Amino acid sequence: MLKKRVIPCLDVKNGRVVKGINFVDLADVGDPVESAKAYDAAGADELCFLDITASHENRGTLLDVVRRTAENCFMPVTVGGGVRDVEDVRALMLAGADKVSINTAAVRDRSIVGRAAEKFGAQAIVVAIDAKKVSGDGESPRWEIFTHGGRNPTGIDAIAFAREVADLGAGEILLTSMDRDGTKAGFDLALTRAVSDAVTVPVVASGGVGTLDHLVEGIREGGASAVLAASIFHYGTFSIAEAKRHMAQAGLPMRLDGLEGIR
Amino acid sequence: MKIALIDYGAGNLHSAAKALMRALDETGQRGEVFMGADPDVIATADRIVLPGDGAFRDCRENLAIVSGLEAALDHAVRGKGRPFLGICVGMQLLATRGLERGITAGLGWIPGDVVRLAPADPALKVPHMGWNTLAMTSGHPVLDGISLGPQGLHAYFLHSYHLIPEGTGNLIATAEYGGPVSAIVGRDTVIGTQFHPEKSQVLGVKLLANFLKWAP
Repeated sequence: MLKKRVIPCLDVKNGRVVKGINFVDLADVGDPVESAKAYDAAGADELCFLDITASHENRGTLLDVVRRTAENCFMPVTVGGGVRDVEDVRALMLAGADKVSINTAAVRDRSIVGRAAEKFGAQAIVVAIDAKKVSGDGESPRWEIFTHGGRNPTGIDAIAFAREVADLGAGEILLTSMDRDGTKAGFDLALTRAVSDAVTVPVVASGGVGTLDHLVEGIREGGASAVLAASIFHYGTFSIAEAKRHMAQAGLPMRLDGLEGIR
Repeated sequence: MKIALIDYGAGNLHSAAKALMRALDETGQRGEVFMGADPDVIATADRIVLPGDGAFRDCRENLAIVSGLEAALDHAVRGKGRPFLGICVGMQLLATRGLERGITAGLGWIPGDVVRLAPADPALKVPHMGWNTLAMTSGHPVLDGISLGPQGLHAYFLHSYHLIPEGTGNLIATAEYGGPVSAIVGRDTVIGTQFHPEKSQVLGVKLLANFLKWAP
């Protein structure tokens, strides 16, 4: 049986982790590869790197991080941030990414999704959608895609866009609620459910995790195949093993290989 | 032991190389991993590994354009019986045909077609993405000592298509996903895994070590 996935996400800027993870025995908290190794040992199902480096000139640094991670971890890695064209996808894949996540470039020109999927297969292409609720109370719910960290509205309906990119060849949707991101109030479950029901590809729920029950809700009520979180893991509020055990106790199918005796 | 890890521009080799080195350590043997497509290296290799990430057609074209590569592989594997491991699309390429985005001829080493996954339960998402357990259909030395079944170890899958071998004799293991998904196929000295052993932690390293120890 396929298991539900728990995915920690690391923000990387100029080759360094921005919010360093709070693991006791980590030699260099700013080193993304050290963090990746720690999450690998902790039982994470996948890892996500989000590159937030402003300039594209510094791309080599990210490729080096991906290459060193692939050499040191036997864990699947998704890399996103600043992917502009199919050449960027290729470079990341060759460096060792298992999946590449496309965000703004897909909003700007959807055709990149089809072109990338044709080259690398749908299973390697993730489209990251940042959505915000734009409907008022009492109206039927509507979410719109925002870019630039939630600052720029696009007028594009998030559900329709998810369906469209999945048809074009996206193999996974990484869905972040910009309303919930950073709030610790839990996922936007209505949004997650609406997107999960609209597409036949897996959906990763993101944005708002504060408790372990939030992770369970994202799967059970949101219909997500995987849950992504950053701060609860980085700051050591909960460990990956605690999260996975909690989800398993709630009745979700989880991979617990090698977690015996791990906090 | 000389391991040839075939580089034909079809995806990441770093994790496969590293996982093979770790597996080599487990076997207690000395050896080296050679990344490339040099026919002389392939001709003298003790083990040959063909990785592959991406679309079937694209990988097939990449394989075909490397001069002398297919002939060298054919000679070493089918001619001299060198143990061979195909990973993911590297496994799918063993089939007669791939049906992803049109029909593409495969190497034809394991008769069968590569077809799109069609889980019986429409709620199951495609791609089949993540960690799944394995069930054995025919015994094989690469599975020695690996805990199988619903309570067993997990393998990491990332695919929308799988190889359906003709007849059941060449199917070694399956994963359950709205019906059986081909997880391992094999014939003579050839073995292929749909999942990524280089990403499958304990199960993966064990399987690779078994492959290196295998003496067909």
